[in-house]
Amino acid sequence: MRNRAVFAVAAILLLVVAPLVLSPFRLDLLGKYLCYAIVAVGISLAWGRGGMLTLGQGVFFGLGGYAMGMHLKLQDGELPDFMSWSGVEELPLLWKPFANPVFALAMVIVLPVLVATLLGLLVFRQRVRGAYFAVLSQALAAAFVILLIGQQGLTGGTNGLTNFQFFFGLDLYEDADRRILYLVTALVLGASYLSVRQLVRSRYGQLLVAIRDGEDRVRFLGYDPALVKTVAFAVSAGLAGIAGALFVPLVGLLSPANLGIVASLELLVGVAIGGRYSLAGAVAGALLFNYAKTIFSEQWPDGWLYVQGALFVAVMVWAPRGLAGLSHQFRDALSSRRKVEVQA
Amino acid sequence: MSALLEVRGLNVVFSGFHAITDLDFTLQAGELRFLIGPNGAGKTTLIDVITGLTRPASGSVQFAGEELVGKREYRIVRAGVGRTFQTSVVFDELSVLDNLDLAAGFRRRMTGLLRRRHGISDDVASALDTIGLGDLADRPAGVLSHGQRQWLEIGMLVVQRPRLLLLDEPVAGMSRDERDRTGELMQSVAKDHTVLVVEHDMAFLRRFASTVTVLHEGRLLCEGTVAEVQADPRVQEVYLGRKERV
Repeated sequence: MRNRAVFAVAAILLLVVAPLVLSPFRLDLLGKYLCYAIVAVGISLAWGRGGMLTLGQGVFFGLGGYAMGMHLKLQDGELPDFMSWSGVEELPLLWKPFANPVFALAMVIVLPVLVATLLGLLVFRQRVRGAYFAVLSQALAAAFVILLIGQQGLTGGTNGLTNFQFFFGLDLYEDADRRILYLVTALVLGASYLSVRQLVRSRYGQLLVAIRDGEDRVRFLGYDPALVKTVAFAVSAGLAGIAGALFVPLVGLLSPANLGIVASLELLVGVAIGGRYSLAGAVAGALLFNYAKTIFSEQWPDGWLYVQGALFVAVMVWAPRGLAGLSHQFRDALSSRRKVEVQA
Repeated sequence: MSALLEVRGLNVVFSGFHAITDLDFTLQAGELRFLIGPNGAGKTTLIDVITGLTRPASGSVQFAGEELVGKREYRIVRAGVGRTFQTSVVFDELSVLDNLDLAAGFRRRMTGLLRRRHGISDDVASALDTIGLGDLADRPAGVLSHGQRQWLEIGMLVVQRPRLLLLDEPVAGMSRDERDRTGELMQSVAKDHTVLVVEHDMAFLRRFASTVTVLHEGRLLCEGTVAEVQADPRVQEVYLGRKERV
């Protein structure tokens, strides 16, 4: 009951209060944070529940984002601006199907899910896990960035994709239309949160936790852990893809800097701070972390990196379950103190 | 009766060390068999081979006419072979009931997996009853005592509806009372399952075993009733000089 009330308050704040109170500039920023929060929901599933420390969510964010960006660049029927700057005169074959909105929307989800599924089946079947999986996923992010930068004529290189005018009939230079885009993002976050929460509470969710805590034991319960983990990883990738696709019209730009190693780590740090075992904690963590980043970057640009590092270290040392886990931790501390008293 | 499990010409080598050598071993359907032997005799290794955890250098393991060597662990479980481990590994964060439910789950369809558990299925209820943890059903498994954890493990095996249960030292580290209860639990499970028990504890063996297989240094030493095995001079020799007496 209390959870429902909190959810309702959060929904009202995001859907009603924020659009009324915030300036268009701030509302845009909040929309960007909401995108990161959608990624956080997926990370909480894969990492918090499934124990897969994925340091490469930026790849899936990027796949969804580029699929959307390519479609938006083709809406006016002209050759994308960066192509003419790089001397490309004809639309590359890879780009052509993205002119179709249905295809592009499908690819926003299909591409990241497909990559995650293939990678997951390959890697989890070989029982790669823990730090090895983390390093592998991070290397994937590095490789993806190199690929994007290397294919300048195809991807816009370091600059990425910019200058989007329209988003499915919305004019991205109109405040009223941008507000609709923001609301869509908030609704997508709500839907992602509710779906993943349902997944977490299902038998599948219990199975995932069981695999996190004892993968070998689960094997002897007759399940294939590789398959179960791949599903969670693919869902988290799909969510990152959707978030990337919303990020593109909201921010008006997508470049390798938004999805490389550093960006991927930042997606994770917010979740770690908020609490990876709690979906709501992960969402709140992503929102707060990115809000703090904006504030610090405005007030004290040089300090942000230090604050970010200090925050991360502090959480890892004093609150390994994140902010959402503090009450849990407090309860544990209390009960262990009580035990000591009883023994004495 | 027909052979449920047939191990033929089994050899297991761990980087030069012969853990099991030319082992032939047969288990009839419906049996409750004890597997004993000094440390390093290859008892747990045999179970590891049957369940797919260890690959043998050569030999075959036929289960109900199906070759198990080379199959993935979860496929062997699905074929009907369940096992416990020396250290119990129930899932601490899940309730006793959810642990059982999870274990019963692989026979469920994927769509059933995506729903929350509502109520208790018949299998789970009867297993809960068998292992006597009904009062603790909703508590997290982390609060259970060592003995209760082992019983939960056995319950988690039973709900998988296996045809063959492999129990690896089920009474290790248990108190006297817990051993007795485990023995009774084991016998009640053995009424409608084939059970193979690896055990060190001789008092437990004398009380609950009927037929016994003795392994020594990776080879089959002898097989028979408890009395026959105890009378066998080779068995006495193997255990001679050790504190344990058969």
